[in-house]
Amino acid sequence: MNEPATVRDEDERLARERRKIARDGPKLNGAKLEARLGQTWRRPPGILGWLATVDHKEIGRRYIITALLFLAAGGVLALLMRLQLARPDNNLIGAQRYNELFTMHGSTMMFLFAVPVMEGVAVYIIPLMVGTRSTAFPRLNAFSYYMYLFGGLMLWIAFALNIGPDIGWFAYTPLSGPQFSPGKRADIWAQMITFTEVAALAAAVVLFCTILKTRAPGMTLARMPLFAWAMLVVAVMIIFSMPSVALASSMLISDRLVGTQFYNSFEHGDALLWQHLFWFFGHPEVYIIFLPATGFVSVITETFCRRPIFAYPIVVLSLVSTGILAFGLWVHHMFATGLPRVGYSFYTAASMTVAIPTALQIFCWLATMWDGRPRLAVPMLYVIGFIVTFVIGGLTGVIIASVPLDLELHDTYFIVAHFHYVLIGGAVFPLLGIITYWYPKITGRMMSERLGKIDFWMIFLGFQLAFFPMHFAGLLGMPRRVYTYPAGLGLELPNLLSTIGAFVVASAVLLFVVNGIVSLYRGAVATANPWGAASLEWATSSPPPVYNFAHIPVVESRTPLWDMVGELPVVTGLRVDDKEMLLTTVVAATPDVREPVPEPSLWPFIASVAVGIFFISSIFSPWAVVFGAIPSAIALIAWFWPKEIKRHPEPVIS
Amino acid sequence: MIPAPRFTDSVADLPTYKFGPSSLTWWGIIGYMVIEGAAFALAFAAYFFLMGHEQGWPPEGRPPPDLLAGTLFTIVILLSEIPNTMIKRAAEKRDVAAIRALMPVIVGIGALLLLIRAFEFNSLNCRWTDNAYASIIWALLLLHTAHILTDWIDTIVLWMLMRTDLGWEGRRLVDTDENSLYWRYVWLLWLPIYLMIYWVPRL
Repeated sequence: MNEPATVRDEDERLARERRKIARDGPKLNGAKLEARLGQTWRRPPGILGWLATVDHKEIGRRYIITALLFLAAGGVLALLMRLQLARPDNNLIGAQRYNELFTMHGSTMMFLFAVPVMEGVAVYIIPLMVGTRSTAFPRLNAFSYYMYLFGGLMLWIAFALNIGPDIGWFAYTPLSGPQFSPGKRADIWAQMITFTEVAALAAAVVLFCTILKTRAPGMTLARMPLFAWAMLVVAVMIIFSMPSVALASSMLISDRLVGTQFYNSFEHGDALLWQHLFWFFGHPEVYIIFLPATGFVSVITETFCRRPIFAYPIVVLSLVSTGILAFGLWVHHMFATGLPRVGYSFYTAASMTVAIPTALQIFCWLATMWDGRPRLAVPMLYVIGFIVTFVIGGLTGVIIASVPLDLELHDTYFIVAHFHYVLIGGAVFPLLGIITYWYPKITGRMMSERLGKIDFWMIFLGFQLAFFPMHFAGLLGMPRRVYTYPAGLGLELPNLLSTIGAFVVASAVLLFVVNGIVSLYRGAVATANPWGAASLEWATSSPPPVYNFAHIPVVESRTPLWDMVGELPVVTGLRVDDKEMLLTTVVAATPDVREPVPEPSLWPFIASVAVGIFFISSIFSPWAVVFGAIPSAIALIAWFWPKEIKRHPEPVIS
Repeated sequence: MIPAPRFTDSVADLPTYKFGPSSLTWWGIIGYMVIEGAAFALAFAAYFFLMGHEQGWPPEGRPPPDLLAGTLFTIVILLSEIPNTMIKRAAEKRDVAAIRALMPVIVGIGALLLLIRAFEFNSLNCRWTDNAYASIIWALLLLHTAHILTDWIDTIVLWMLMRTDLGWEGRRLVDTDENSLYWRYVWLLWLPIYLMIYWVPRL
C-alpha cells in the first residue's frame, strides 16, 4: 500500500490495542456488563446534557409529550369553535377570529400533532422492537425534534401575538397570496410548514435507515413486526410526499416576498398549481397518519388475541399497496375545481380502489380475533372502537369518491364528519390504545385499567355524539369554515349535539391525562413483559436501560418471545468501552458491520437554533437566505467535525 | 423477568466500516437524494404544468436564455466526473495520497462552476418577477445552485478532514466514496434542468 511507514507502525499498534478492548459475551455479562454499558451510554447530566442527548428514548418521549400538548391546544380551539356553533346567529366569536381558529386547529392537528406523534412513538419504540441500541443518525434525530418544537412554538407565539394564520390549513391561493393576504399571517403558516417538513423528513430518514439496517440478526423482512413495516412504508411516503408541500410553500413565500408569479393568474401563473402541489402531499399525509395507526392495531390485536396476526403477508402487501395508491388520489380533493371527464373517472376509480387494501387489513384483524382468544383490556377496546368508527368513515369516503355526490357535499359538514371519522377513529383511537399499551414499557408502571375503561367509553360515545350529527348538518347544506348559521334551517339540533359531544370527548381526554399522571406515581409496577407480548421491546426491562439491550437478541421467528424456549438467543462481541451498535443486511438481516454510535452533542441543538433564526427571518427579508445560511452552515460543519483529531484502535464518533 | 441470554455467534470480528449498501450513511444519503429528487421532480412538474397553459414558451414572445454560459457549465460539470471517479476509486483502494492530491482539483472545479453559474443567471433574459415562466426557470436554476453550493462546501470540509491524520480512518474513506456518489447525482440532475431552461423554450 502507499501508506508511509509511520502509518503502518501506527496501524500495528492500534491492532494490538484493539485486541484488548472489552466486549460483551459469556465472560462479561449480567450486572457487571450492565454497569459498564450504563457508564458508557449515559449522557452528561444537567441542562446542557439534556439538550445534547442523542438517546432515542428521550427524544421519542419529548416528541410524544410535545405532540400531546399541541393536541390539547388544538383541542381547546375546537371547543371554542363548538361553543360558537352551539346555537344559531351566535356572536361569541367573530368571523376573523373564527378563521384563525379553524386554521390553527387544522394546522396544529395535522402538522404539529398527528404526524409528529406517530414519528415520536416510532422513534421511541422501533429500535427496541427491532432489537438494537440506538436509531440510525441519533444526532439527526435530535435535530429533527428541535426543528419541530421551534416550528410549533413559532406558530403558536404568532397566534398569541395576533398574527396567526387565517387562511385554512391548506392555504389555498389566491387567498393566501400577496393580493388577498397582506401582512405576515400567511408567511407564518408557510414557514411553519418549512420547519415541520425539515423535521419530518429528518425523522423519516432516521426511521427508514433504522428499520432497514439495524434489525437484530435473523429478523428478515419477512419476520419484521408489522408496526416496523407500517413505519417503513410511512417513512418512504414522507420522503416522496413532503418535498411537495415544502416546494409549494417556498413558492408561496417567494410570491409574497420577492414578487415571483407562480400562483398569479394575471402573469401566466396558476392558482391551481398550488392545489396540485398541496394535495400531492396532502393526500398521502392522511395515510402517513393512518398507516402507523394500523401498525398499532396489528400490535395490539396480536398481543390481546394471543395468536400471530392472521395472513401476515396480506397485511404487509396491504400496507405497501396503500402507500403506493395514496399517491394516485390527490385530485379527488379537487373535483370541484373542474377537471377533464377522464380525470373524474380515473380519480374516482383510484379513490375507491384504496378501500380494498384497507378492507383486507380489517378482515385480517377480524380473522385474528375470530381465531384467537381476545382479552378486552383497554388497548383492545380502542381497537374495536377503531374498527367501528373507521369503517363508518371509510364508507362515507367511498360515497364522496363519487363525483356527483362530492360536488353536492364538497365543503359541507359532511366532509368534516368524514375526515374526523377517519382521522380520529382511524388514528387517535389506536394511538390512545397504544399509549396505554406501551405506557408500562416507557414509564415502568401500568395505567389504571378502571379509569381506562371509563375513558374509552366516554371518548367513543362522545365522539359519535360530536361527529355523527355533522353528517346531517352537511346533508342539510351547512358549509364548513363559516362562523355561524341562521336559525330555522334545521341546523340547531345537530350543532347542539355536536357541541355536547365535543365537551364529552374533551373531558375524557382530560381524564386520560389524569390517568397518565396519577399512574406515573401510583400505577402498579410493570414487569418486563406485562401483557405477555411477542416482540422484542418486551425482552428488556421496563423502562429500558439507556443501552436498550445488554446483548443484541437473535430472532428466529415472527413472534420471538412466544417461540423462544426458556432462553433468548443473543449475539456477543459488541464493545462495552464505547458506544457501538450492530448493522445487519437489508433483507436477510445477517450481521454485517459494527457501527460506532455518536456521543451526545450540543451541535444539533445549536444547528436547529441557527436554522430556526434563518427560517423566521426569511419571513421578513430575502437577505435572510444569505445571512441566515452562514451560521447554519457553520453549525452543521461543527456538528460533523471530529472533536479530537486522533486515531483510535476502533472508530469513535466524538 | 428479562429472559436469560443463550449465547450464539460473536460479532467481534466484523469490520467497523464497509463501502456501498453495507454502510449506514450510504442509505442516509440515498434517503436525502430521493427527497431532493422528489423536490426537483415536482419543480419539473410545475414547469410543464405552467407551460401547458401557454401558446408560446417563453410567453409573450420573449427571447429564450442565451446558450453560452449554460452550455459551458454543462461541459465543465460533465468533465468533472473524471476527477470525481478517480477520487471514488482511490477511496475504495484506500489510496489516501491520491485523494489528498485530487480533492483540490474537484474543489477548484466547483469554484469554477459557481463562477460560470453567476453568468448563467445573467443570461436568462428575464427577471423572476416578469411572469410565471421567468419565476420557474429562476427557481430551477436557484435550486440547482443551492445543490452545487452545499456539495462544494461539503467537499471543502471533507478535503480539510482528509488532510488530517483521520484521513487514514476507514470511515473517512467511506465518506469520500459517498461524497463522490453524491456529486454524480448533482450533475445528473443538472442535465434535465439544462434542457428545460435552455432547449425546451427553443422547441
